[in-house]
Amino acid sequence: MNSITDTAVPADSGSFGGLQARSASEINATSRISVRNLDFFYGDNKALKGINLELPDRQVTGMIGPSGCGKSTLLRVLNRMYSLYPGQRAAGEVIMDGRNILDASVDLNELRAKVGMVFQKPTPFPMTIYENIAFGVRLHEKLSKAEMDDRVEWALTRAAIWGEVKDRLQSSALGLSGGQQQRLCIARTIAVRPEVILFDEPTSALDPISTLKIEELIDELKRDFTICIVTHNMQQAARCADQVAFFYLGELVEVAPAAQMFTAPREKRTQDYITGRFG
Amino acid sequence: MPQDQPEHIVRSYDEQLRRLRDMVARMGGLAERQVHDATQALVRRDAQLASEVVARDAALDTLEREIEAFCIRILALRQPMASDLRFIVAAMKVSHDLERIGDYARNAAKRGIVLAQQPPIGSLNGFQRMSVLVQENLKMAIDALANGDAEAAQRVWASDEPIDTVYNGIFREMLTHMMEDPRNITAAIHLLFIAKNLERIGDHATNIAETVHYAVRGDSLPEDRPKADASAFAVVQPPE
Repeated sequence: MNSITDTAVPADSGSFGGLQARSASEINATSRISVRNLDFFYGDNKALKGINLELPDRQVTGMIGPSGCGKSTLLRVLNRMYSLYPGQRAAGEVIMDGRNILDASVDLNELRAKVGMVFQKPTPFPMTIYENIAFGVRLHEKLSKAEMDDRVEWALTRAAIWGEVKDRLQSSALGLSGGQQQRLCIARTIAVRPEVILFDEPTSALDPISTLKIEELIDELKRDFTICIVTHNMQQAARCADQVAFFYLGELVEVAPAAQMFTAPREKRTQDYITGRFG
Repeated sequence: MPQDQPEHIVRSYDEQLRRLRDMVARMGGLAERQVHDATQALVRRDAQLASEVVARDAALDTLEREIEAFCIRILALRQPMASDLRFIVAAMKVSHDLERIGDYARNAAKRGIVLAQQPPIGSLNGFQRMSVLVQENLKMAIDALANGDAEAAQRVWASDEPIDTVYNGIFREMLTHMMEDPRNITAAIHLLFIAKNLERIGDHATNIAETVHYAVRGDSLPEDRPKADASAFAVVQPPE
């Protein structure tokens, strides 16, 4: 009796790595900030419409969308920056540590120490490198000289710039390159030990190498901080973010893990935007 | 790439994607023709046509390399996202499947040259039937890619079973010929391999369909496809 076996190799080359299988369950960390039914007005103009978004603890949330879509507005709500301007108001809730930060009773200085912000253009103070860091810390804490030295070194180290400036802490911060200035601003932000760091297009004024250094830094910082980054550079969102939110005309169209967002978004508007079909 | 999408803001990007789609469609047409001619050569005992099929395979290999190079170029220069990314990766995978299909057709044609010199055994209707089914699936799968039609892709994916059924029939028939007369063995073995080649081509057509489905929809078809190839379990009883 002969048995005949078939030894052909299967032609199945497998599916596409199951990227789409990585669903929302991937973003399952507890939420650091919950945005609930948030509306925002510039005078009569409604710039955000019923936004619901969770910022997972110690993860990077990227916010993308065409100019005027509301992503920077949302960032400005998260640390109440808009309170500086009359005629701007928010309705809804932004819950952080069990409190609605939109409440009139919230201490804005305390809030902004908890929710730091880094801007598009580096904004060093016209002071020494050391003072740029120490200045903000002194507003919130009373530290001895030695403790302050430690804090400055810690912040500069975490911002990956310590090696470049440790021998010139007493020189003016304005003498640093653009990329170094931006990392100094990040050091200044983390020196007050915030919980959340907001980045508003942090690399759009930087060269590609400085950009990569900032991105590497963001990757490093997310171990300790919850990060939210607004960027016009979609590749940057793809590289940095764990979850990505797409905004259009004041609405949050879609939020998904970055891998899903950039390979198989659910919404047609997202698809058209990220493939460069409108904007 | 689905046809209902608006144009890119950058028009040259659309042109590149269109060119890529044309290249894959051309390669698909060529692969289909190879399968057709290899079967014709077998049925008509036409060694000349079979040689042509063997010679023409190089064109498929060249096209595959061109498509791959072009895809890498678009990936590097455009950093495509979402549906564009999926389409480009799909084009690359499909071109690879088509290249393999070409290899199977060439192998069938080579065996056709040998068979043209052997005494004929039995009927070749099964081969013709199988070849037609395989070509239909292949054509549908390539059209589905060109038209961004996920439903058509799913139909191809689900219709490989009849091909397997014909293959099982040929398998049993060839065993019978070999048991009846050992002088049939050379021809029967070659025919069996040709049937296997056609069956494999059918499998690659379903791979293409799976790829197309992912490219269009962004999600994969289930792991287990309907299959009916039972030859792996066949047992031969020697004649009494």
